[in-house]
Amino acid sequence: MGGAPLADPFVPAIYRVRSVRRELHDTVTLELSPTSGARPAFEPGQFNMLYAFGIGEVPISMSANARDDDVFVHTVRDVGAVSGAIARLEAGATVGLRGPFGSYWPVRAAEGADLIIVAGGLGLAPLRPAVREVLANRQRYGRVIILIGSRTPTDLLFRDEIEDWRRRFDVDIDITVDHADAGWRGNVGVVPALIARAAFDPQEAIALVCGPEVMMRFTVAALGDAGVTTDRIYLSMERNMKCAIGLCGHCQFGPTFVCKDGPVMRYDRIADFFTVKEL
Amino acid sequence: MAGAPGGRTYAVVARDNLQALIDALAGRGYQVLGPTVRDGAIVYDDVARLRDLPVGWTERQEAGRYHLQHRDDKALFGFAVGPQSWKRFLHPPVVSMWTARKGEDGGIAIDQSDDPPKYAFIGVRACELSAIAVQDKVFCEGPYPDVTYEVRRRDAFIVAVNCGEAGGTCFCVSMQTGPKAEAGFDLALTELLDGSRHDFLVAIGSDAGADILGAVPHRAATQVDRDAAEKIVARTASQMGRTLDTDGIKDLLLGNLNHPRWDEVADRCLTCANCTMVCPTCFCTTVEDHSDLAGTSAERVRKWDSCFTMDFSYIHGGSVRKAARSRYRQWMTHKLASWIDQFGTSGCVGCGRCITWCPVGIDITEEAAAIRAAPGAAKGKAHGRT
Amino acid sequence: MAGLEHAVGEHPFFAGLDRQYSDLVSGCARNHRFDADEYLFHEGDAANEFFLIRHGKVALEITAPGRAPIIFATLGEGEVVGASWVVPPYKWMFDARALEVTRAIGINAECLRGKCEADHHLGYEMMKRFLPVFVKRLHATRLQILDVYGQS
Repeated sequence: MGGAPLADPFVPAIYRVRSVRRELHDTVTLELSPTSGARPAFEPGQFNMLYAFGIGEVPISMSANARDDDVFVHTVRDVGAVSGAIARLEAGATVGLRGPFGSYWPVRAAEGADLIIVAGGLGLAPLRPAVREVLANRQRYGRVIILIGSRTPTDLLFRDEIEDWRRRFDVDIDITVDHADAGWRGNVGVVPALIARAAFDPQEAIALVCGPEVMMRFTVAALGDAGVTTDRIYLSMERNMKCAIGLCGHCQFGPTFVCKDGPVMRYDRIADFFTVKEL
Repeated sequence: MAGAPGGRTYAVVARDNLQALIDALAGRGYQVLGPTVRDGAIVYDDVARLRDLPVGWTERQEAGRYHLQHRDDKALFGFAVGPQSWKRFLHPPVVSMWTARKGEDGGIAIDQSDDPPKYAFIGVRACELSAIAVQDKVFCEGPYPDVTYEVRRRDAFIVAVNCGEAGGTCFCVSMQTGPKAEAGFDLALTELLDGSRHDFLVAIGSDAGADILGAVPHRAATQVDRDAAEKIVARTASQMGRTLDTDGIKDLLLGNLNHPRWDEVADRCLTCANCTMVCPTCFCTTVEDHSDLAGTSAERVRKWDSCFTMDFSYIHGGSVRKAARSRYRQWMTHKLASWIDQFGTSGCVGCGRCITWCPVGIDITEEAAAIRAAPGAAKGKAHGRT
Repeated sequence: MAGLEHAVGEHPFFAGLDRQYSDLVSGCARNHRFDADEYLFHEGDAANEFFLIRHGKVALEITAPGRAPIIFATLGEGEVVGASWVVPPYKWMFDARALEVTRAIGINAECLRGKCEADHHLGYEMMKRFLPVFVKRLHATRLQILDVYGQS
């Protein structure tokens, strides 16, 4: 994977906020540059542990791919003490960072296949680096279909970039929202319905799915209905983490550690556990 | 530090000369730790003299019960295991990971220091050796080793003791972790005590062990000595208080995640987390980040944690394992099943502590047996899996 | 009417329906074209007719006093708009508005109900097709209510 690993994986490196971009009322995208040394290499789907001084750490996926610059890009939503502190950082502030950790989207392994990328809500953030990677090498893939679910049109993440993707002639994009004001001319409904309508060859398709667990569960069912086998579906799982390196035990999901066996997991490997309540 | 079985050298050390072993270790800068009586239990603490050991003590252990009792003899190691294990030294309950200071320019400086003592453990049971080996796999063989553990482990000197009698809740035979110490020690003692003798057969497990033994008065062991020790170990093996059938246990438990037995045990389980605290292999920790009021200095502290707490596993929105049933299931399936996938061994060494120290006497061997007796049983439905 | 028989028979909703039955259905059918923002029906109207969308997009809306209408579903090509014609008192429970130029086949509900009563086989063929639609919509509605993308 390249890039020097952290000297001590328990100790954060210090990064400075280069820019802050507001995405939604509670979500920002930060560009973080290292205060010393180079930014390590990473793969789409991986995450860093971001440290808010004196408050704590939270795992956040990279939301832009490694090609972009010498920065880590993270899209953070304010949902708690730590994420809130990080989401409120201003340009010039410092933050602790440990990483990169975790497994990644099979962007290279999927070359030659049809790619179905299904994002729900904030799940589009960990998928965006994969999308950019794919579009940067578009000729290596068959059909590329991007399906996005969101709460309402105003909650759509990366709207400008989605419109850039839509303007291309070699990508199929479909978007649906849970409900909308009367001015919305797009789809209203759930992501599984988009899958039923999408045109792809299930035997040639690889699906990358990220979103709330409920949404992923029903998306996987819809993909199955459409004929995609469980070994061709990849999910990004989420659990709380303290160490991110498989030593604290918190992120366990069945026999897997989400921090090191995931967060990206091939669905057939977790299918038995995915539907067990409170596992 | 690790010993290889077969082709071993044996010696015999007289009871009183064992003091020389403690002195030799202390003399070389080790903090010597061993069993001692305190607060009505046998716990591991500093030992300097032989009389600091639980001379003439034994314990009675049953599900949810533990009390000390006087022996008829003056055995130094005539008991099994108490509530603690050696993990509290190798994997300390509270560790300061680092401190940090924030400068006026917003720069953060992080400082780490760890200066652990060299430990000598006296009286490590076979199950505890296995537990240390299990934790070695967890902490040292993953993609990111745990340095705190590694440093303490590397420098530890281990004097094992073969159990002269089984505890009431022991099942090391089922888990194939005892009662005889086979590997992982520097020296291993078997207490030979009857009307005519009180001394110790000593197996040398490493060069470091041979070196220390050089400073202790001893004689070569005879076949008679070795046979006496084997007889004791065999007798201990026959006294196991529990059994656990480990055949196919991983698939058995992971294939019965909705078994009604989980609800049944949850009716009894208080989720008090005692089992995880006394278990010699449980390793889960949490981190706490502290800072001063001015926000200019911070510290990260690592502490033992337990999967029985409500906030152990959560996503924003709430706890993933809200029901006691889910948390007990997590603990037991991790210990006996998932651990095998994660680390290649069982997480259980059959020491029986979780049975003894559970306030309501829940017995992991009984729970496993109950599921094995009626696998696939589901509430009114035909399928056993999800 | 030949064009209509063809349109009904070819509509995905009636895939697999015997020719004799699709002709029966066509007997209750007529063509419609809705402009953008034109309403197919309003809440409270008698559910006289339901619609098979051939092309275009229809939004299902609910209005409440003091706030703008909320779209809770959109339906497109190949889908069916309207289920209330099956269930007494046969009144629409929401508004349906074309979002763009929409061509649809309208099926007269009273006509079809009568033919289903007369021929139960036809009735069963209709139920077989409508029930899965309702089940899927109910399921989707439940997912929407969960507000999975919301804050908590």
